[in-house]
Amino acid sequence: MVRPQDRKFVTADPEKCIGCVVCEYACSMVNENTFNPNKSRIRAMRMGPLTNLAVTCRHCEDPACVAACPKDALSQEENSGIIRVDENACNGCGWCIAACQFGAMNMHPEKKVVFTCNSCTDNPDKEPQCVKWCPEEALTFVTAEQLAQKSRQKAVQNLFQTAETPK
Amino acid sequence: MYAYAGKILRVDLTTGKISTEPLTEELAKQYIGGIGLGIKLLMDNSKPGTDAYDPDNPLIYMTGPLSGTMGPTGGNSYAVVSKSPATGGIGNGESHGFFGPDFKRAGYDAIIITGKAPKLSYLWIDDDKVQIMDAEHLKHFTVYQTDKTIRQELGDFYIRVSAIGEAGEKLCRFAAIINDEFRAIGRSGMGGVMGSKNLKAVAVRGTKDVNVADMPKFREFVKLIYERMKGPATKKYKTLGTPENVLVLNSLSALATRNWTNATFEGANKVSGEYLNEHYVKKIVGCATCGMRCDHIAVVPEGPYKGSISRLEFECLWSMGPLCGVDRLDAIIEAMRIVNEYGMDGISIGVVVAFAMDCYEHGVITKEQTDGIELNFGNAEALIAIIHKIGKREGWLGNALAEGVAKAAEIIGGDAYKYACHIKGLELPGYDLRTLKTAALGFSVSFRGACHLRNGAYSPDVKGKVNRFKIEAGRGKMITDESKMYNIIDSLIVCKFSRGTYYDGWKDLANYYTLATGIPMTVEEMALAGDRIENLARLFNIREGKGTRKNDTLPWKIKNVPVPDEGPAKGVCVNEEEFQVGLADYYASRGWSPEGIPTVEKLKEVGLGDLAYIAEKAEQGGN
Repeated sequence: MVRPQDRKFVTADPEKCIGCVVCEYACSMVNENTFNPNKSRIRAMRMGPLTNLAVTCRHCEDPACVAACPKDALSQEENSGIIRVDENACNGCGWCIAACQFGAMNMHPEKKVVFTCNSCTDNPDKEPQCVKWCPEEALTFVTAEQLAQKSRQKAVQNLFQTAETPK
Repeated sequence: MYAYAGKILRVDLTTGKISTEPLTEELAKQYIGGIGLGIKLLMDNSKPGTDAYDPDNPLIYMTGPLSGTMGPTGGNSYAVVSKSPATGGIGNGESHGFFGPDFKRAGYDAIIITGKAPKLSYLWIDDDKVQIMDAEHLKHFTVYQTDKTIRQELGDFYIRVSAIGEAGEKLCRFAAIINDEFRAIGRSGMGGVMGSKNLKAVAVRGTKDVNVADMPKFREFVKLIYERMKGPATKKYKTLGTPENVLVLNSLSALATRNWTNATFEGANKVSGEYLNEHYVKKIVGCATCGMRCDHIAVVPEGPYKGSISRLEFECLWSMGPLCGVDRLDAIIEAMRIVNEYGMDGISIGVVVAFAMDCYEHGVITKEQTDGIELNFGNAEALIAIIHKIGKREGWLGNALAEGVAKAAEIIGGDAYKYACHIKGLELPGYDLRTLKTAALGFSVSFRGACHLRNGAYSPDVKGKVNRFKIEAGRGKMITDESKMYNIIDSLIVCKFSRGTYYDGWKDLANYYTLATGIPMTVEEMALAGDRIENLARLFNIREGKGTRKNDTLPWKIKNVPVPDEGPAKGVCVNEEEFQVGLADYYASRGWSPEGIPTVEKLKEVGLGDLAYIAEKAEQGGN
């Protein structure tokens, strides 16, 4: 059994991400076999040339989207944290879309049901392809703990102004 | 069809009539897309002698076959083709960013816009739903304000907008069309054509799929190109960026300074790529679906222009810097920012200001005529002040300069023509043609006027592959060969910065095309298409009276003012005799007559036999 703190999700480094949307195209390519950012499970925001970030599902603990669904169409996989959509139960009301603070829930333009990041578990690649394709290496597939460690390392490095790489 | 949308949209702004028609596979294969197909549509949809600002002059928005795919740079592009108000011949520009893919996803390969809206309007393309919207409230808005306001009022952050600023509305002959804040259909005045149609912007939302013919192999191929983009072929763009050219050209006595008075700039170190990156560049970003990073976003940290922010490339840095004798990067960044707001070509504007400064220094225009601006070379405040006047067409001089240097010289009169550095009406880009003579020849024969991007003729000079101080036999073939490649690059609409990543050249590009479209394409067929496009563009220019030997010229200063700077280039300029030898060599390599007119045999060879009447008429002395 995977502990909740070991669940991995895709996250973008704000210092590296430039909003080039390669992730969106990679996502629609592997999950939908077409090129269409409207069918991507990750969306990049370019607010201005210096303000960019790609955002997708963070596999929250106690996810608001699941709680919000009036049709019980959403559930969270215990091991991976992935939000699964029962496409027969979902009626496309969009309450989960409103509930998600990250805008990670999307309405599928053809199926008319919601969809979100599956960490590429449903396609033959089995590992998140946005991470693999990101030209900036801004995307990583990490646990919350790994993110926290990275931030702590950086904070300490800044404090000591050291060039020593963490062991 | 794969990759192509298979559909052309027609919009008549006068009547409001909107219709669509299919794009045939035959036409697609022959002209690829982008500027190739755009020039074909322009030829077929315009009458000879139509003025660029006549409502009947079509403004043609184009995607490329790769637009909307994840092909790096090819996926994010669009182009605009029309008759140019600067040259009276082919006008074209390509732009990347985020607009092109939505345009393709909306389901169109091309939009042919004709007529003139009764009042300022914008075109709103929401997949199949196309509407002409009121834009009176956007009058004189900057490009960015226009973009933001349209997205807000239509209620979708992801709507993409391609717009003109005040300069385009006021029919500036070098007005640009700009998308995504700073990506421009810059050259040849396409923004002016848009303004003449009372069209403020084109807004698109495309939600349809773009499918390629062979997804697994396409995926493999684009992955390869993305990987190559991390390597040496694009290193320059990701590090110092094109401003690296400042010191390179300066060391070659090829950095045109003070309106081609000097070929080196004493302030070069203060406006170099090295200085820019160290003191001003905050982040290097890029376009949608691209593995390169070239947009150097510069921010002014202090001084009178504190907080000013703009993307800066070599050409515009040069035109508003060394060419105007200005050595202050803070002022150049501010100048670039306002040029983007007004929506003007960042190359032409600098050449226009430098021309005015040259006239002022020589007493051809007076302080009274500049409304009190001391328009001396090197005056950064004057540069900013005159850009505002040109953008608004304010005052006698601002109004005259908005016409571009060729027409402004006629308005100013006297010796002004000597300082007007243009070819066919388009201002010269950032190379001193006196010391880069392959470039001189290549720029003079380019179909959109003075342009470094129609055949890249500066490259053999700068790389030392030829004796750059001489024009001799053999240069014609170099220019001819490269022009075919450049035409294909602009028809696929892949970014020219990516050209080094196609290690196998034509083979890579032909393969790329076939994997996306499923249309078989050999290397020979593609090269022939490149030649076809060049000949078609030449025929258009001939039809408009702008495309024969008499039009392939060089500016007065390039031929008459030897380089005064100490060094290997001292005393060099282009003499008429070598230039004429070069033209003859070029025409011969193209299969054109001594008058620079394609022969009937040549036209048949490239599949343009049906247009031979244009060439025959020109040979007989008509247009």
